[in-house]
Amino acid sequence: MSQAATQNQGAMATDAGLDVELRKVFKEFNREMAVQGIDLSIRRGEFFSILGPSGCGKTTTLRLIAGFELPSAGEVLIQNQSMNQVPPYRRPVNTVFQSYALFSHMTVWDNIAFGLRLKKQGKAAVQERVQEALKLVKMETFAHRYPAQLSGGQQQRVALARALVNRPTVLLLDEPLGALDLKLRKEMQMELSILHREVGLTFVMVTHDQEEAMSLSDRIAVMNHGKIEQIGSPKQIYDRPQTPFVADFIGDTNLFRGKVEGFHPAKLWVVTEHGLKMTAQPLESGKSAPVSGQVVLSIRPEKIRLSYRPSEGQVNCFEGRLKNVMYLGTHIHCVIELLSGDCVTIMQPNTVAKLPNADTPLYASWATEDCLALTV
Amino acid sequence: MENLQRKFKLSISWQALFSLLMYGFMYLPLVVLTVYSFNRSPFSAKWTGFTWSWYIKFFQDGRILLALQNSLLVAGIAVAISAVIGTLMAVGLARYNFPGKQLYQSISYLPLIIPDISIAVSTLVFLQALWIGLDLKTIVAAHVVFCLAYVAIVVSSRLVNLDPHLEEAAQDLGASPVQSFILVLLPELMPAIVSGCLLAFILSMDDLLIASFTSGSGYNTLPMEIFSRIRTGVKPDINALSVVLILVSGLSFALAEYVRLNAERKRSGQ
Repeated sequence: MSQAATQNQGAMATDAGLDVELRKVFKEFNREMAVQGIDLSIRRGEFFSILGPSGCGKTTTLRLIAGFELPSAGEVLIQNQSMNQVPPYRRPVNTVFQSYALFSHMTVWDNIAFGLRLKKQGKAAVQERVQEALKLVKMETFAHRYPAQLSGGQQQRVALARALVNRPTVLLLDEPLGALDLKLRKEMQMELSILHREVGLTFVMVTHDQEEAMSLSDRIAVMNHGKIEQIGSPKQIYDRPQTPFVADFIGDTNLFRGKVEGFHPAKLWVVTEHGLKMTAQPLESGKSAPVSGQVVLSIRPEKIRLSYRPSEGQVNCFEGRLKNVMYLGTHIHCVIELLSGDCVTIMQPNTVAKLPNADTPLYASWATEDCLALTV
Repeated sequence: MENLQRKFKLSISWQALFSLLMYGFMYLPLVVLTVYSFNRSPFSAKWTGFTWSWYIKFFQDGRILLALQNSLLVAGIAVAISAVIGTLMAVGLARYNFPGKQLYQSISYLPLIIPDISIAVSTLVFLQALWIGLDLKTIVAAHVVFCLAYVAIVVSSRLVNLDPHLEEAAQDLGASPVQSFILVLLPELMPAIVSGCLLAFILSMDDLLIASFTSGSGYNTLPMEIFSRIRTGVKPDINALSVVLILVSGLSFALAEYVRLNAERKRSGQ
């Protein structure tokens, strides 16, 4: 079943065509591996994000696509053309830099026209396309200002227009919203999404903000220590993380380290470090998990139910006490200390009128399918 | 009235007093010099009446004009050479990594702290060892040594504050490395290059020590000419010349500052 799905995906990929391909790409800086054997296929018209903590090699990956870095080994392809010998100024990509890198001695207009003029476009064509780009980012009235006279959000738009006006095959975005404050960030996220739909180009965005990646992307590659941990849709990444790192990095989760005690095609019995017996869902059903192998169990805070009585015959039900409460407006974060000493975080909608006190016995429980067993 | 007096008294703070003293210390000699340049008496410090004659006199003095021409020539050529090499040096040091970079970086700014007399003597010894005859060219060569360091240090301080991705952005938009240097980096650095050149120009015009060691006989720069004359006592026409020099350098500095501020205002939109 899952295999069929993969095949299907593969077929779709060839239909849509690939814009960017990385094949076993390595990049070494001063004897340190920033990127360690990455394979990536980015489809035409896709909004693809590379997500990871700082120093995971995501920006290096983007720079490898842009051509600012050359791979130590492996191959970068854009529309099936090898780019290894192609300098950045001949690649059909344009970049929006985190710092915007606008030319401060030129007006907004000249900044946007820069690429077109270099490509020896006629005056009328430049005029028309710059105007069009300004309109696209709603900056028509600022055409004759200098970058220093603009706010951060406006500079961001100019940087976008300057890249998009060249109609690149792929638009690369390096933490494009990193320098903006929260409210502006949300606004620009929305606009980026609309822009992507309007221009229909392939967008590759690097970000450390998982929420940003989740809300904008068609697919996400999660990176850590120079390697790709998982590639998938936001839903796949969140609901079916493949590794403990992904489970922990994307959203909140409760992780338990444990040992497999027994298994069944669709179930795993695991004993955690502190002796809790849990029933878990193996990563890929049907595939036998290693008996008495080490696993990490991941349970999302919103999948845990809280009750005053132990549920009868229910697996994964543990007694505990309320330790800490955090109000997040729409939700409440509760930390429950289990009798074993483990703490679990639980997310509850803010509908509970009264919270139990610290001495009331409480029972935290979760379903087998919400308890994912990840191999270490 | 009393109220006004108290207000006046209060407004003289110790900071104002300090500034006043400092300005007096620094600029009073210049004021005295200016006043004496209009003094009719050719010898004494006694004021005997107002005259323009000293100004007229030095403008008719062929040796001073020749020395001025030499100075301008030396400073102009030395600064032009330094502007090109100094800018390239600063950019190279900021943008590229190569073995021995650290060493080069520390050595390249040494002329700023080495005493002029050492540069003067060592250049002289070096030139003589190579049997190179002394004339204006040798002064230019010696001046390039320190002018280069000044241009490079001013340009690199600007480079540090510049977005490191500017050239990448230019290349990303289709500019070759040479185009991105000429179209983006150079204009962004221009204010720093100009102010570095101005600084170097003033220092070159001002230099007496290095020039007198490295120039051949018959090639006097303005400071050398002035110095040779005041050995026989300060003449009022030298006073007048000094006033003109102060005015010219003051005005050119003001002009450069005005141009820079204007450019900045245009960019920051105030």
